[in-house]
Amino acid sequence: MDWLITPFSSNNFMLHALLAGVLVAISCAIVGTFVVLRGMAFIGDALAHGVLPGIAGSMLLGYSGMAGAVVGAAAMIGGISLITQRSRLSSDTAIGLLFVGMLALGVLIISRSNSFSGDLTRILFGEILGVSTRAIFIQLGATLVVAAIAAICSRPFLLLCFDAEQAQVMGFSVRLYHNAMLFLIALTIVVSFQTVGTLLVFGMLLAPAGAGALLARRIGSMIAWAAILGISSVYVGLLLSYHFDIAAGAAVVLTAITIFFAVFLVQNLRSQHSRSSEAALHE
Amino acid sequence: MNNNLDSKVASSGERVIIHADNLEIGYNNKPVVKAIKFQLLAGEALALVGINGSGKSTLLKTIVGLLDPIQGQLTVLGKGPGSTPRRIAYLSQFHASGFILPLRATDVVRMGRFPNRGLFGRMTREDNEIAESALHTMGIEHLADFPLRSLSGGQQQRVYLAQIIARQADLLIMDEPTAGLDAAGREIYLKAISSELARGAAVVSATHDIQEAAHCNQVMLLAHRVVGIGTPEEVLTPGMLLETFGIVITGDRPGVAVLEREHGHDHDKHSH
Repeated sequence: MDWLITPFSSNNFMLHALLAGVLVAISCAIVGTFVVLRGMAFIGDALAHGVLPGIAGSMLLGYSGMAGAVVGAAAMIGGISLITQRSRLSSDTAIGLLFVGMLALGVLIISRSNSFSGDLTRILFGEILGVSTRAIFIQLGATLVVAAIAAICSRPFLLLCFDAEQAQVMGFSVRLYHNAMLFLIALTIVVSFQTVGTLLVFGMLLAPAGAGALLARRIGSMIAWAAILGISSVYVGLLLSYHFDIAAGAAVVLTAITIFFAVFLVQNLRSQHSRSSEAALHE
Repeated sequence: MNNNLDSKVASSGERVIIHADNLEIGYNNKPVVKAIKFQLLAGEALALVGINGSGKSTLLKTIVGLLDPIQGQLTVLGKGPGSTPRRIAYLSQFHASGFILPLRATDVVRMGRFPNRGLFGRMTREDNEIAESALHTMGIEHLADFPLRSLSGGQQQRVYLAQIIARQADLLIMDEPTAGLDAAGREIYLKAISSELARGAAVVSATHDIQEAAHCNQVMLLAHRVVGIGTPEEVLTPGMLLETFGIVITGDRPGVAVLEREHGHDHDKHSH
């Protein structure tokens, strides 16, 4: 019992890490569900990494990283929508190049700083063990905004996942709600990078929601599964990091990804097992 | 679906559901079909027949407002295309996400009530009853609680059709509605559409199936141009079908069997 609770009850930084991590897990569960269902993983990835030069630039200039992340995310969303509207080239290719370009630009900017590898590690992997009370409140605010927007837009979001053209014909503007989704992804990334880092926030966005998609029969329960698995990953990851002295953010995300592959494996074995009987049942 | 409602609907101009004149349709200002002219009345069914890429899906997407007409006149339910979302139900050809979405069949059908409830309106008991009866109409009420992704292609198609019926729309636009349906499913579909027409809805559907087209009041043959439009008797002639499809084989079975000409690529799939 001591092993499971004391790290959090007797260390303030561990408690802060747990709180911030739980909030990250909740917003990532909501947003990640739509990212997975709409197949926006690549755009999410591009956004997560595209914020790097913004963060690096503003840190180099002495501003908060979050302000820079907002600028980076806005530039990235602008770039992505320009590409998807105008380009006759495969938009995947163009978005991929934009994202690598932004990553390179970020590294270039950071290389001007004195503590190159320290800054880079901090941005990519976060500082979950150094979360301030203020950052927790910002995270809480962002999580509430994400939840509220997702609740308001739940019907058009569901229709978008089902069939974008269907949504448009039913009178729900695809452009408006697609942009709302991009905004939610950007908000989650911008707020969460301090905790789990830009590289790892993407794992938190996909892994729990991906496992949830395999387990759930309805969207609501998919979000619930994603939140439960995400929160469990945060808890387990932090514990492992505390006891074995390993990087906390990476431990959290690795736990989430391990859970995803475990669920994936079990579901595959089970569906292979039951495919024949289920087919017989439905016919 | 020959419901012989013509006398009833022709009396009032308000019953004109679609009016198209000198309509030119296409993607990105590249015309696919020019000079389309037709009128569809309430309670009437129009079938669009042609090979892939002949302009069927393009015309359907233009009617529902997903594509702008390049030129000409198009009035849908008395207004411009896309301005009456509550009154139009649209079944598209592809449901790419059907296999990953964690939804039950009944959830998909209930989505058909969203336009009437908007963002915040609660789903009423009436909505649930409409969804249930739509599942019943398509003969899949026993699959209501099954995950969509566990259903076969034909069962999924019936779910999508049930959603269209649950819309209770004045105009039904369907792209290959019978794709994947077996003979029993096709029968159920024809029956369901008859009752939609009987309550005064108009139907436009794209199909490869000449037998299915023969049930409609009007048939339009498309091959990058309007080969012909009229009643099935006027249009579904061996000569016109030859113009539409390239190859026609008349067999021993009643009706006309058509072999589709292979096409390198499909405009409807690639021009998004």
